[in-house]
Amino acid sequence: MRVPISWLKEFVDIEVPVEELAHRLTMAGLEVGEVITTGGWENCFVGHVERVEPHPNAQRLTLCAVATGAGVQQVVCGAPNVAAGQKIAFARVGATLIDGRTGRPSRLKAAKIRGVVSEGMICSEKELGLGEDHDGILTLPQDAPVGTPLDDYMGDQALDLEPTPNRADWLSVLGVAYEAAALTGARAREPEALYPEEGLPISAHISVSIQDPDLCPRYTASLIKGIAVGPSPRWLRERLERCGVRPINNVVDVTNYVMLEYGQPLHAFDYETLLKGRILVRRAYTGETMETLDGVVRALDSSHLVIADDRDARALGGIVGGMDSGISEGTTDVLLESASFNPANNRQTAQAFRLRTEATARFEKGLRPGLTAPALRRATQLIHQVAGGTVAKGIVDVYPGRREPEAILLTSARMKKVLGVGYPREQVEEVLDALGFRSQREGDSDLRVTPPYWRSDVTIEDDLVEEAARIIGYDAIPTQMMATPLPALERQEMRDFREEARDLLVRSGLQEVISYSAVSLDALREAGAAGDGAGLLKVANPMSREYQYMRPTLRASLLQTLASNLARQTESVGIFEIGRVYLKRPKGLPEEPETAAGLLYGPRAKEGWLGDAGHYDFYDAKGVVEAALEQMGAAASFQPGADDFFHPGKTASITVNGAAVGVVGEVHPVVQERFQIDGGPVAFFEMRLDRLLAALPQGKRPLKSLARYPSSIRDISILVDSDVPAAKVQAVIEGRPLVERAVLFDAYEGKEAPPGRVSLAYRIYFQAANRTLSSEEVNRDLAKVVRLLEREAGASLRGGETTAG
Amino acid sequence: MTSQNLARTIEQAREAALEELRGLTGEEGLEEWRVRYLGRRGRLTAALRSLGTLAQEERRVVGAQANQAKALLEESLAQARRRVRESRIAGLAQEERIDVTRPGRPVAMGRFHPLTRILREICDAFESMGFQVVEGPEVEWDRYNFEMLNIPRDHPARDMWNTLWIDQEDDEGRQSMLLRTHTSPMQARTMERVKPPVRVIVPGKCYRYEATDATHEWHFYQVEGLAVDEGITLANLKGTLYEFARRLFGAERKVRFRCDYFPFVEPGVEMAIDCFACEGAGCRICREAGWIEILGAGMVHPKVLEGVGYDPAVHTGFAFGMGPERIAMLKYGIEDIRLFYSNDLRFLRQF
Repeated sequence: MRVPISWLKEFVDIEVPVEELAHRLTMAGLEVGEVITTGGWENCFVGHVERVEPHPNAQRLTLCAVATGAGVQQVVCGAPNVAAGQKIAFARVGATLIDGRTGRPSRLKAAKIRGVVSEGMICSEKELGLGEDHDGILTLPQDAPVGTPLDDYMGDQALDLEPTPNRADWLSVLGVAYEAAALTGARAREPEALYPEEGLPISAHISVSIQDPDLCPRYTASLIKGIAVGPSPRWLRERLERCGVRPINNVVDVTNYVMLEYGQPLHAFDYETLLKGRILVRRAYTGETMETLDGVVRALDSSHLVIADDRDARALGGIVGGMDSGISEGTTDVLLESASFNPANNRQTAQAFRLRTEATARFEKGLRPGLTAPALRRATQLIHQVAGGTVAKGIVDVYPGRREPEAILLTSARMKKVLGVGYPREQVEEVLDALGFRSQREGDSDLRVTPPYWRSDVTIEDDLVEEAARIIGYDAIPTQMMATPLPALERQEMRDFREEARDLLVRSGLQEVISYSAVSLDALREAGAAGDGAGLLKVANPMSREYQYMRPTLRASLLQTLASNLARQTESVGIFEIGRVYLKRPKGLPEEPETAAGLLYGPRAKEGWLGDAGHYDFYDAKGVVEAALEQMGAAASFQPGADDFFHPGKTASITVNGAAVGVVGEVHPVVQERFQIDGGPVAFFEMRLDRLLAALPQGKRPLKSLARYPSSIRDISILVDSDVPAAKVQAVIEGRPLVERAVLFDAYEGKEAPPGRVSLAYRIYFQAANRTLSSEEVNRDLAKVVRLLEREAGASLRGGETTAG
Repeated sequence: MTSQNLARTIEQAREAALEELRGLTGEEGLEEWRVRYLGRRGRLTAALRSLGTLAQEERRVVGAQANQAKALLEESLAQARRRVRESRIAGLAQEERIDVTRPGRPVAMGRFHPLTRILREICDAFESMGFQVVEGPEVEWDRYNFEMLNIPRDHPARDMWNTLWIDQEDDEGRQSMLLRTHTSPMQARTMERVKPPVRVIVPGKCYRYEATDATHEWHFYQVEGLAVDEGITLANLKGTLYEFARRLFGAERKVRFRCDYFPFVEPGVEMAIDCFACEGAGCRICREAGWIEILGAGMVHPKVLEGVGYDPAVHTGFAFGMGPERIAMLKYGIEDIRLFYSNDLRFLRQF
């Protein structure tokens, strides 16, 4: 919404600079995006063309004598439309004008044109930056005072406003005027709408009835006969243009003008096209159609409100007019409508037809029925003024939805309770009065307040509190810390645990990433996570196919992230994400479990002079998982898994306390191929943090007492069948009471080992809590370990010797 | 062996040892020398062992000589060791020099996503003021996302939140499941669950149907805050948010509160800080305004309180919401919001 200052000043005297006004409006809630200046015409004045004579040396040029208020100056002019007697915009040497050819500003210098001195210039619209017209000079009205600086005569500034959706009145000059008045200590005034009425009362010409008062609580209309449709006068066109509205003809221009002035959209019918002079405001019939002004034939139904004549729908109420009931060049009689429409219905219809108009932008916010009549009278007056004709006596005013505005009690106690500060009653009265509210004193400190007819947003006491607070200024409210009691602490276990997991994964060297929560069906399919699609949570109106499904897994996003980074020539990637996945439930909201997943790909060590540390593989991902789980106090077991996403021989399920919490593995080569990742394995893990948290042992973790006696170390090397899991061997060894722990320090399968057998080497730490173990004791126990391994894991001691450490 | 022979052997061993020792410069040579003369099978040790074959008187004389020789050699060895060590230490700079300008052995350092960092910073600031962090569902009902926040269907304020809907109908055949457009639904959810006092902060992902550009994302985080109790005022809102702004952006920041509109608050507030890049003079970062809008806020609308069964005549409260991406962009000088979710490691590795 653009509001020219010149227009605003018709209704309120503004004593502060425009920038200051813009600042105050912004602080009070009406954001001024920009102050747009028309003018800045230094050295330009209103001039009068005294004489026009041919140029002695050029056929197309003329010599003009221009009275400028400071003598008469000679100007060489090339415009075809220059004539003696015109009032024009004269630019003196030194003025900065827009160059008609280049479109850039340039400074006017004294010049001889074809041998004759030109002391200035008569300006075109384009040269003044007012428009594109450069075919001739701009002529000013005859009453323009000669010698007045052009800025004073026709310069202006406009506020480019960004009104909030609650304030329909800020979409009007008058609404902004009341705001400006309250913010500058002035009083706003409304235009007088006086015009002569003649002949029969309007009821003799037109009858209006409202069938659906819930959709149209009030309908007012006036009738102006014998008008002449034509272009609007200059002032009217200029105003509209400065507000960014294109002038059409005088009747339509007036409806737009009054809409800008009052905020009330109006509609002008060609009275003659209305059958039997009847207006019926009703819901459309099913199957009814109407061609709207934009030339589209619209199929209507009973959810749409139409303005109909005795037979047909002639307009979509409060949205757009019909094709053949509108104002045309030949229109002589105008029925002017100013009505009130149901905001929700108006919005629904406008959205359904994709017809968001200037009218709907106002109606959908809810205009008070009280606004209809003043706007109607103002528009009637202006049509009579610019298009002539005679106005029928009175107006139509059908008002089945009449509701008297209720006064709202504003107490000083409430003000203090909400704001933390009170204001003197006089100050609040002053603010409300300037904004157009009526208030009556009640008791010692309270007010009974009636909002003005153009304010639809004030319905409760706190709305009035805001009015006072914002106009007096939020700066006047103190800045205080809360002194109220703290709520009881509620532990957020899931969040705490999730953040701990995030810390652990970062500490294990991975980079955290955050991906979009929605992914494409293709990506899910490639990751083997789409199922038949029916189990997925689908976005009805996604940004694009790329983000059509809420992710049920982090797998697709992480592989996409890996692929896109590899495409950027990153060699080595170690990333993780902790975020929600979205699991559809048959009814109700989906489950949104927190999930942690990560991957490692590429060389373990960054490239460099220290040599090659090999490529990440299964055991790197498992190492990350183990370290994190150990830190969380979870005793995890890993069993060969079956998950199509992973390499069938290189994946394990992760179990904690009997609960399946996740998987780790190398991504299946086929999946990897689908994501166009080659050059090595992708080691991947995924864990459901909700399940993990539930599986963790409750309560404090018992602290192990620190050993007071030294441990004895023995290394053994054994051969077992290849399908005997190391975890089993480990369990056997660590099952001995004197074994504190065992570490697998070598594993070998190959030429040196017998076929089908794998060589495992363990370093075993023997320790007792209450004494130093003797060498004999340790060796005896070691022998038992070996026997157990032979019996339970089919192991044979390799080389038959143990090494004492 | 005769005592004379043995004495000579000891003498020779001693002289040979001392002679040899003079030429030794390395620790390893010294150790070999020790083994050769003083070790279990060393020359001098062997000689000492032979003492047993001598008569007692001879043994005493030669034994004394042998012990002297042993003591001398041991002392000489200690001296030689000191000499070698000193010369090694004196030569360290030359002998053991490495090129310290070569890069160090790389360590894999994990890093947090910048949004994690900023979210933690924001939550910490409010937690220290007694707020508790709660989280809620991202897939929400229209009821919590809009209706209970005083935004009925067909309310024009819905234009402020272009919504992504879930393709699933409710029992009444309406499409009422959506991706929350803000974290504000947790206002109603929290107040439905607990009685005042309420003091919560709600970080989480939100979604809007919005074309993306350098400053707009359809997928983003928000941090919502809510404090409700008897006696909470707009002055408290100002106090709390002012303190927050100072903690996050520095104690010297100025703060500006202006009126703004959100359907679920009344009065409504927008908070801005003076631009830290230009100190309020106007620059590219603040778009010449001198002020940077940080968050929207206001006093919880009585209808919202009524909706959850609170009595607005008794309890008042304030709520606020902010975009952590925007705050991170300001703090870290990030110029394109889309960088947050594109997961370009070249970007992420800078935090």
